[in-house]
Formats: sequence, C-alpha cells, structure tokens
Amino acid sequence: MSTRRDTKVRHFWLHVVAIAVGLGIIVPVAFGVLGGFKDNGQLSTNPFGLPDPWVPENYTIILGSSGFWRPMFNSTLIALTTVVVLVLVASMAAYVFARFNFRGREVLYTLFAAGLMFPFTVAILPLFVLLRELSLLNSPLGVILPQVAFGLPMTVIILRSFFRTIPGEVEEAAILDGCTPFGFFWRILLPMARPALATVSVLSVVASWNNFMLPLVVFTDPSWWTLPVAVQQFQGQYADDTARVLAYVVLAMLPALAFYAVAERQLVGGLASGATKG
Amino acid sequence: MEGSLRRRRRLDKLTVALFLAPALLLFVVLVVGPIVLAMYTSLFKWNGFGGLPQDFVGLDNFRRLFEDEVFIGDLERGLILVLLSVFVQLPVALGLALLLNQPLRGRAFYRLVFFAPYVLSEVITAVLFTMVFSPNQGLANQVMSAIGLENLQQEWLANTSTVLYALFFVISWKYFGLHMILYLAGRQGIPKELTEAALTDGAGTWQVFRHVTLPLLGPTIRISVFLSIIGAIQLFDMVWVLTGGGPIHSSETMAVTMFQYGFRRSEVGYASAISVAMFLISLVFALLYQRFVMRRDIEGAITTMREKR
Repeated sequence: MSTRRDTKVRHFWLHVVAIAVGLGIIVPVAFGVLGGFKDNGQLSTNPFGLPDPWVPENYTIILGSSGFWRPMFNSTLIALTTVVVLVLVASMAAYVFARFNFRGREVLYTLFAAGLMFPFTVAILPLFVLLRELSLLNSPLGVILPQVAFGLPMTVIILRSFFRTIPGEVEEAAILDGCTPFGFFWRILLPMARPALATVSVLSVVASWNNFMLPLVVFTDPSWWTLPVAVQQFQGQYADDTARVLAYVVLAMLPALAFYAVAERQLVGGLASGATKG
Repeated sequence: MEGSLRRRRRLDKLTVALFLAPALLLFVVLVVGPIVLAMYTSLFKWNGFGGLPQDFVGLDNFRRLFEDEVFIGDLERGLILVLLSVFVQLPVALGLALLLNQPLRGRAFYRLVFFAPYVLSEVITAVLFTMVFSPNQGLANQVMSAIGLENLQQEWLANTSTVLYALFFVISWKYFGLHMILYLAGRQGIPKELTEAALTDGAGTWQVFRHVTLPLLGPTIRISVFLSIIGAIQLFDMVWVLTGGGPIHSSETMAVTMFQYGFRRSEVGYASAISVAMFLISLVFALLYQRFVMRRDIEGAITTMREKR
C-alpha cells in the first residue's frame, strides 16, 4: 500500500518536471503565435495575455503576399527533388555495396562513410567557388545536387545495412526466374525496403527543408529564396515590427510541424537507427 | 554452363559500375572536390575572382590564423559550448529520457512536445528567440519583471557576458529532444530482466542507475557526445541569425569567422584556411574519439557485421 502511494507521489513530481519542460517549449512558441495577433503596442503593454483586440492583419497580409508563398514553393520543390534523386542514387550504391563482391569495395565504402565528417559548413566556400565555375548559382540544381552529395553518406549507410538483412535466397530465386540485377533491384529489393526508404526520405526532407547556408550563398536572386533564407531576410527587413516578424515565423513553422505530426515515427526511428549505425 | 557464368560475371561487373557511377560522381565532385580545393586555395592570397588563384603565400594564412585573436576566441568559445553541452544539456536530456521511460500517463504526448523543436530549422528557432530575448518587448525580460526580478533584466544578446549563455540556451532548446530520443532508444534496448534482477538483489534506484543503466547506455552516450561536439564545431545558422557573431565577436564561431572573411570581405584564401582548420579539427577529433573512446563499441559493431556476412 505504501509503495503504491510512494509511486503516486513520485509520479506527481515526474509530471511536475515534465510539465515544466513542456512549458519551456510551448511558451516561446505560444508567445510567437499570440504575438502575431497583437500590434506592437500590445506586445509591450500586454505581453502574456490574449490579444485585445485580436489583430489578424499580420497574418492575413503575409498569407496574401508572394513573399511567403514563393519561398514555400521553392522549399517544397527543392526538398522533393533532393529526396527523389538522393534516394535513387543512394539506394543504387547501397545495393552494390550490400550484395556484390568487387575489388575496392571496402575502400570505397569507407570513403563514403567518412563523408559524414564533411559537413556543408566546412565545404561551403570552395563549394560556392565550384558552383560559380559550373554556372549553377541562382539555379535550384546548385542547391539540390550538393544536398544529394552531402546526404549520400548517411543514406547509403542506413540503406546498405537494411539491404543486408534481406536473405540471399530471395535474390537467387529471382535470378533463377530470369531476373536481371536491375530487375531484382527495381521490382523486388526497393519494394521490400519501403520502411527504410521512408526513413531516409523523411530525414532528408527535414535536412533539405531546414538547410540555410547553401541556399543563402547560392541564391542571390530573391525569387529563388527558400523559407529559411526568406525568414532571415524578412527579419532584417522588418526588424522594428516585432509582431509582423512573429507572424511570419509562426507561418513558416507550420509546414515543418505538420510534417512532424505525420512522420514522427519515421523521424524518431530513423535518427535512432542512423546514430547507432553511423 | 561456363559461358553463362562468364556472362553473369560480366553482367555483375557492369551492374557494379553503372550503379555506383552516379553516387561516386556526385560525391567526388561535390564533397571531396571542395575539400581538396579548399586545401589548395588556403595556400594563396586570393579574393575569390578570376580563375585560379595566383599569389602563392605558402602557409602564411595558417600562421595568421594562430595569431588571429578572433580565431583563438572561436576555439575558446567552441570549447565552452562543448563543455556546457556535455555537462548540462546532455545530462538533462538523459534525465528526461529516463523520466519518459517510466510508465507515466501522457508520456507519448510529452515526448512529442520535447522532440518538436528538433524539426524547426535553426533559422526559425533563432528568429523566434531573437524576439524572446529582445530587450523591450521580449518574453525573457517580461517574465523577469512579472516574477519580480527586474534587476536581472538584460539585453541578453547585446551583452558580451550573457550572449554565449543565451546562445547555449537556444541550442539546448532545439537539440535536447534529439539526444533525449537517442537515450530513450538506448534505454529501451536494455532488457528488463537486468534492472529487475538488480532490484531483487536489493539494489536501490540510484545503484541500478549507476551500475546497470548507465554502463549499458555507454555506447549511446558516446555517440550523443560525439554528435554534440561535431555539431558545436560546425555551428553556423543559429549564431548567424541570432547575433551575427557579435557583440564584438563574443558569440562568434569558426564557421561565422570563415563566412565573414569568405563571403563578406573577399579574403577567400584566408577563409579557406579557416575551412581547412575546421576540417582538420573535426577529422582529428573524430579519429581520436573513435580510436580511444568508441573503440569497444566499434569492435562490437565489426564483429556483428562479420557474423552477418
């Protein structure tokens, strides 16, 4: 009896801690959401309360402007293209690494895996010079192709380890039935690997959506800006108009949060498996 | 039969070549290429324009690096951020992971909330917190005055003595959920029998944690420390948007310094030297860490790989 009460008391305190941490996350976001419905006068006089009166203009003006929808479209286009190309290229490589024996396999694989050590930050300057020489500045390919290249290590590692779990008998049977290596890859391996493909797709969508440094230097033309670049520029432009910047940030958050709500399982699973395998 | 085997071999070789080619091409041109290019241009004084650099200066850029107070400061600030992460952020994340491992009502919801900031971009997080920390209308100061701590109000991001801690707070706000998820996955991988056996043998909660849970979480903790340090070495987006590295360089990181020289002041040669330094620091750290800290974990991984083969 007393142990049950102990557990109850302990759980009460655990809830207190969890709620405190939760508030630490929710309050800044709520400050943003509500702040967007206030005007700047209200922000200083009435920081915590509900807006009075509610001022929806901050949101409606942004929602009616191409300065919001254009970056949204660009971010979506770039994220989707990156994922499609990355998953295709990486799964082809992972298939070869997982199921073929050839000279230099381990060396090449180690080279790819070592790519985890080369992040954008280190390479951004020479990458910029290179993209300029290739005339890829102000072109979506200038962001997509490097994103694919830098996404390869993690994706190849996760996919290879998944492909290895598919029994060799499946492949032998397919080949006896007259399947070419490509036929096996395309018609049998990829469909079987759907959960792993979902995981790596979700990870790379998030990475592309949140990428800032590369689009920042590649796109000088505002009509190609992605959402993070546009958010930063908007903040610079309306530095004195806190309420309006809050409204823009909140709207820019929504797609990521909606995506999270849908794909939480793949994201969490992917990060856990990626970290242990990388 | 022999002919078909040979044909099969040739087909295999062709498959390997064709399937590897796109990945290899992209990787060599866009990942390896830039690193090599940075090493080359770091040996020149170069403004970044007009074909290849001409003005060869040897290792001068690197000598300048070690006399540059800002760069030395970057290293110190990086070290502070790493220490804060490892000794504050990660223990908190571990504590919360163990909390969420309890059979608590609503824990799925807590987990959803704790992890949510991870999906927001660093830019969005940083812009939001610029507002939170803004001196007049910001949330932080208004909370302070609401609970009667007016004298602790600050221009958080404009004060050289608070800015690094404000930055650390925002980093932790965004990333503790990631580490928590890793620990939670690691904790759930520990068989129940082990902790139960320890409890039946009379171990207290603390002893179970200290002598069973913590050692078995070792590999996860080592990975999470690794990710945290590599992240700190490359930190850019958050700082760039939150403070731009200021005031007077007091929140600047290596990446910000590199960006300033490379993209704002057209000292591409010197900025390349900073890139190379960042690369070498990450590489040396990664090799040493894997050699001395993660050795046992990797040995385990390699033996399981051999079994599968």
